[in-house]
Amino acid sequence: MEKFTTHTGLVVPLDAANVDTDQIIPKQFLQKTERVGFGQHLFHDWRYLDDEGHQANPEFILNYPQYQGASILLARENFGCGSSREHAPWAIQEYGFKVVIAPSFADIFYGNCINIGIVPVRLPEEQINQLFDTARDAGLTLTVDLINNTITNGELTFSFELDNFHQYCLEQGIDSVGWTLNKLDKIQSYEDKLPAWQ
Amino acid sequence: MASTLYDKLWQRHVIEEQAGETPLLYVDRHLIHEVTSPQAFANLRFHNRPLRRPERTIATMDHNISTRSIDINAAGEGAANQLRTLEKNCKEFGIKLFGMGHKNQGIVHVMGPELGLTLPGTVIVCGDSHTATHGAFGALAFGIGTSEVEHVFATQTLRQTKAKTMKIEVKGKVAPGISAKDIILAIIGKTGSAGATGYVVEYCGEAIEALSMEERMTVCNMSIEFGAKAGLIAPDQTTFNYLEGREYAPQGDVWQQAVEDWKTLKTDDGAVFDHVLTLEGKDIKAQVTWGTTPGQVIEVDAVVPSPDDFTDPVEKDSCAKALAYMGLEAGTKITDIEVNNVFIGSCTNSRIEDLRAAASIVESYAAQGKKCSDKVTAIVVPGSYQVKEQAEKEGLDSIFTRAGFEWRLPGCSMCLGMNDDRLKPGDRCASTSNRNFEGRQGRGSRTHLVSPEMAAAAAIEGRFVDLSE
Repeated sequence: MEKFTTHTGLVVPLDAANVDTDQIIPKQFLQKTERVGFGQHLFHDWRYLDDEGHQANPEFILNYPQYQGASILLARENFGCGSSREHAPWAIQEYGFKVVIAPSFADIFYGNCINIGIVPVRLPEEQINQLFDTARDAGLTLTVDLINNTITNGELTFSFELDNFHQYCLEQGIDSVGWTLNKLDKIQSYEDKLPAWQ
Repeated sequence: MASTLYDKLWQRHVIEEQAGETPLLYVDRHLIHEVTSPQAFANLRFHNRPLRRPERTIATMDHNISTRSIDINAAGEGAANQLRTLEKNCKEFGIKLFGMGHKNQGIVHVMGPELGLTLPGTVIVCGDSHTATHGAFGALAFGIGTSEVEHVFATQTLRQTKAKTMKIEVKGKVAPGISAKDIILAIIGKTGSAGATGYVVEYCGEAIEALSMEERMTVCNMSIEFGAKAGLIAPDQTTFNYLEGREYAPQGDVWQQAVEDWKTLKTDDGAVFDHVLTLEGKDIKAQVTWGTTPGQVIEVDAVVPSPDDFTDPVEKDSCAKALAYMGLEAGTKITDIEVNNVFIGSCTNSRIEDLRAAASIVESYAAQGKKCSDKVTAIVVPGSYQVKEQAEKEGLDSIFTRAGFEWRLPGCSMCLGMNDDRLKPGDRCASTSNRNFEGRQGRGSRTHLVSPEMAAAAAIEGRFVDLSE
């Protein structure tokens, strides 16, 4: 996993609540056995008018000319709800997003982001509204700083919190499986004490 | 100190809680299927890591299999590739697999419990969000992503942050004809689609205790639909009676020891929850979703709401968007909404009791000489081969087929439409599944979540029916 310290990028404001992982990556694209090839299908049913993905939907915000090259996704509450499919954050990452900002995230999606190195930033509703207003009116470029846990565009500066270990994993690009494999003796001694039925 | 059931399950499974690290939790049972496991196996191979406890992992094929044929190629090339990859991976890493046509094959959350693989007091995970189903047995069960599947493969553990606790009590009895699906939809209607994010929910109260295991599974299954990490019901005699003698359940003395232990798995008197929600069983009516999240749900005798009914601007906007997608007008009576498709199945409602409930409605219409409406395509998809066999033994299949329903082979089917059981744009479906998201059953399709009874009646009447009338 890549280390994350700071990132500066263009924000695309996706003004929808309860965006579920079926919207992020619809089921017809889940039949791959690799981790790559999902970015082109991100938000497929909203992003394209046809099933093949040849005809971009000009009314979908990701297709607006001013948001091309965006790397920070701004969304509303309960982002990433529904299916546990990690294909959703894989698609978001492969499209080019490094950060997702929302007032709240679904638990499984949030954990999946941390595990692959996307920074999920939770901010209060009021600050989210401010970001939406700015991003809609003019292009908004933000710097997400994981050393100071802030996001800023020079004028606005907001702080956000991450769990200590999540923060460490993102900053250091930790291989969490490798980390736990260093604890095998503890796991073994736990297993030795399990009752027969378990 | 008085503990909740969740506290007890947590305490039993914590291997290490170190400052600055997310706690490490032991995983007793890992269930896998073809869609969310291949990349985890690939990473094991890439890092040259062994799968630590193959005997604790069980695999089945469910998500993208055909419901018309047991041929692995029947649902297309992509599906066949994933199914073959699962076969190959299970062979290489020594995992038991219930493949195409095996007597134990079924939807992962139907198969686990009916084989006795799901036990009280265990931690069960699966790369599928409806893993909360197994919480019906007093197991801490939750869905995980593929990176976590890999973590469990390599270590038999997971890193988990402790959740907050929510108690949802359903007092008294529910009215006759009110199903477990109505109970959970009514709960979600109260909390909204994210009302339990960050929480583990324990369901309790007279109406919950009165439920069978199948019904409890329906309730716990949909915990994720209001954001809960997991749903729990304390194990009791109903649980033990269900499990005793099942293929993988403990036997003999070990069974006795297990039951004694499981009896301690309940919330202590005086234990404090972070949040409490109480419903009166008698107030719960039959439910139908009208929107594109499970929280957008209403009683069958009500009308489709209007954006003006909501004060919160985000909910207002969500309502307007949902009505546009669903092709519904505010103020329409729910019982005036016509459907052209019916799906009875999914990990929420495909167990034997669900099929019996649906069949009994079909039979009562048959007594009046009524069959499936000409305008409706209706399919019944049992949750597993065991369910299918039992249903056929009871003659339920012929009740359905005589009335014009299609009787299919087990699988996830039209709940998510990963196989060829998909709706066309504009199709409107009464579905016993768990998600009414945009495009869930096929691009542009419209899903209304209901109980098996309601789905069966809708197939015949061609619209929703208030069965209490």
